[in-house]
Amino acid sequence: MNLLNSCGASAGAKIKRTGYDTTALLSQTLLSAQQGNSPDVLIVDNPVVSTLADAGVLASNDQDSIDASAVAPNLLAAGVLNGKTYGIPIGANTLALYYNKTILSAAGVDPSTIKSWADLTAALAKVKAAGKGGITLSAIGTEEGSFQFLPWFWGSGANLTNLASTQGVAALQLWTSWMKAGYVPNAAIQDTQTTSWAEFATGKYAFAENGTWQLANAEKAGFAYGIIPIPSMAGGVAPAPTGGEFVTIPLQKDTSRYPTTEKIVSCLTSADNAFNTDTTLGYIGVTAAVQQKQATNPQLPVWISAVAAAKGRTSDNLGTNYPKISQQLWTAVQNALTGAKSPTAAMSTAQSAAAAATGGK
Amino acid sequence: MSDTTGIQAHPSQRDGGGAAAAVPPPSARDRSRKPAASQLAAWAFLAPVTIYLLLFYAYPLYRSLDLSLRNYTVRSFVHGHAPFSGLKNYRIDIRDPTFTPALLHTLIFTLVSIAFQFVIGLGLAMFFVQHFKLSATLRALFLVPWLLPLIVSASTWSWMLNSDSGVVNSALHRFGFAPVNWLTAPKWALVSVIIANIWIGIPFNLVLMYSGLQAISPDIYEAAALDGANGWQRFWRVTFPLLRPVTAVTLLLGLVYTLKVFDIIWIMTRGGPAGASTTFATWSYQLSFGNLLPAFGPGAAVANMLIVMTLIFGFVYFRIQRKQLES
Repeated sequence: MNLLNSCGASAGAKIKRTGYDTTALLSQTLLSAQQGNSPDVLIVDNPVVSTLADAGVLASNDQDSIDASAVAPNLLAAGVLNGKTYGIPIGANTLALYYNKTILSAAGVDPSTIKSWADLTAALAKVKAAGKGGITLSAIGTEEGSFQFLPWFWGSGANLTNLASTQGVAALQLWTSWMKAGYVPNAAIQDTQTTSWAEFATGKYAFAENGTWQLANAEKAGFAYGIIPIPSMAGGVAPAPTGGEFVTIPLQKDTSRYPTTEKIVSCLTSADNAFNTDTTLGYIGVTAAVQQKQATNPQLPVWISAVAAAKGRTSDNLGTNYPKISQQLWTAVQNALTGAKSPTAAMSTAQSAAAAATGGK
Repeated sequence: MSDTTGIQAHPSQRDGGGAAAAVPPPSARDRSRKPAASQLAAWAFLAPVTIYLLLFYAYPLYRSLDLSLRNYTVRSFVHGHAPFSGLKNYRIDIRDPTFTPALLHTLIFTLVSIAFQFVIGLGLAMFFVQHFKLSATLRALFLVPWLLPLIVSASTWSWMLNSDSGVVNSALHRFGFAPVNWLTAPKWALVSVIIANIWIGIPFNLVLMYSGLQAISPDIYEAAALDGANGWQRFWRVTFPLLRPVTAVTLLLGLVYTLKVFDIIWIMTRGGPAGASTTFATWSYQLSFGNLLPAFGPGAAVANMLIVMTLIFGFVYFRIQRKQLES
């Protein structure tokens, strides 16, 4: 990360970078905050921000002087808890459908006509009839599984505060019927997004639900591909969850450290640097300025519009209740896809467990 | 003598001052009296192991117990002052719908794994003790599962058992059987992780039983053969009784290792699908670290229940050992 060094140098500091994987990062951050040696700058996955803010680890943007006013509100929402904003996103990504052009044209499917669930199911049936695999996705029993299911859940019009609504059940019914019909490989139940991508990359599947970060791999896949937004139930673009990281400033006992930290953060998130970071990491910019620069790349406009329709997982002021609901959601998906429970029963079990865990919210 | 008292000086400089303080510091005055000096030397020799035990065993155990008895949120984890909540976390766990299945899975996983590991390990040990050509090479090959990093073997099993592209299903298909959703069907997930765990545990049993077999003098077999004992009788009347001490150690160590198995299950199934292969070990991790919002209290409570289960088995072992010594 040369950018880190140059930003550090311009702020008159030397930056030591320590990397962790997502779950380890959360426990590591909590531990270091407990021991009173939080890092000066913390870059974390967006759904973790509200947990850390709730833990009292992060400084809110009123306490420091991070200016997040240029950031699109739907992307900033993941960092908002009880009316206060914590940190600033450096880039966003989300989910869409990659498709294999060769398979679709052989099966006689025009991807531009896929606007609703019914269109997509019909396309999957055609692909299956042509002897190819349907769609790869990740329904694993972790946060990734919820992340992948949310576009369909939200695309039905359902809300996370009521998992057992008819819309929510309809979304789960859609996935379950695909699994029963053999449109989704059975391994989806244990696949991470990386392994489900590997299945798509074999060239045997027509669609893959995956993220912006796979763009570089798609170029290497060795077949012609295209991207369409995930359709909603009735038609139109479904809101997908936002991924991507926030730059945050953890609270420090020694407040004299903040001015330098703020210089580093504003350097990291300046339009030019953010553009470079986003391009390298496969992110979509979070400000109009960066997005305009990116729009010149022909692959990116579909992602820019997908990000514009996307929604933070912890938004709707769910905050730290989101993880509790999410756990029940991925469990319901697993129960239904394995046939252990019907979609209706799975969702109503999930809803009562989520209500109990969140105290009825 | 003055060197050994020097050891005492180090611990007090460490962070865990509370733990080190439990060892009585020697005072200069004691050294003048002869019996006290030897007492002192005894303490000094004990100090390293005592401090080690306190620092690396007693303190973490105390912390784990403390975590499980307080109502920790992420906020109180960072800033302290988590209110004491008695056994509430344990009640939360026991009332959790995951509890009964997780307990059952833990017991089934442990007992079935051990039974197969032990029988196969013993069988192979009997086989290799015959010293035929290549036996040393083959025995070394059997150690491979033990030498491989768990992440490698568990990932390999996970690929082999993949529903759609796994080599196991492809073999089943070739012989005309329907594919099995090894890792994604609730009724198969636990079976699959048990199979992988048995494979990993066999070398351990093989090595211990093999060394046990080697310790049995050939004279005894010769005497038994002269008395007209057939192969079956030689095994049950000679080999098995003489192997009993080694068997007890192997089984106990196996129990402790297997109860806490985490990596294999987590890598292969994440305890899923929908909790179908969740054991206490994976459930505890799931609660404490596998979620965006850690539940440290209930997670620590599950871990402590696991420790209690291990302790029970440990006491059973000591019981058996004492009985053996007496007889």
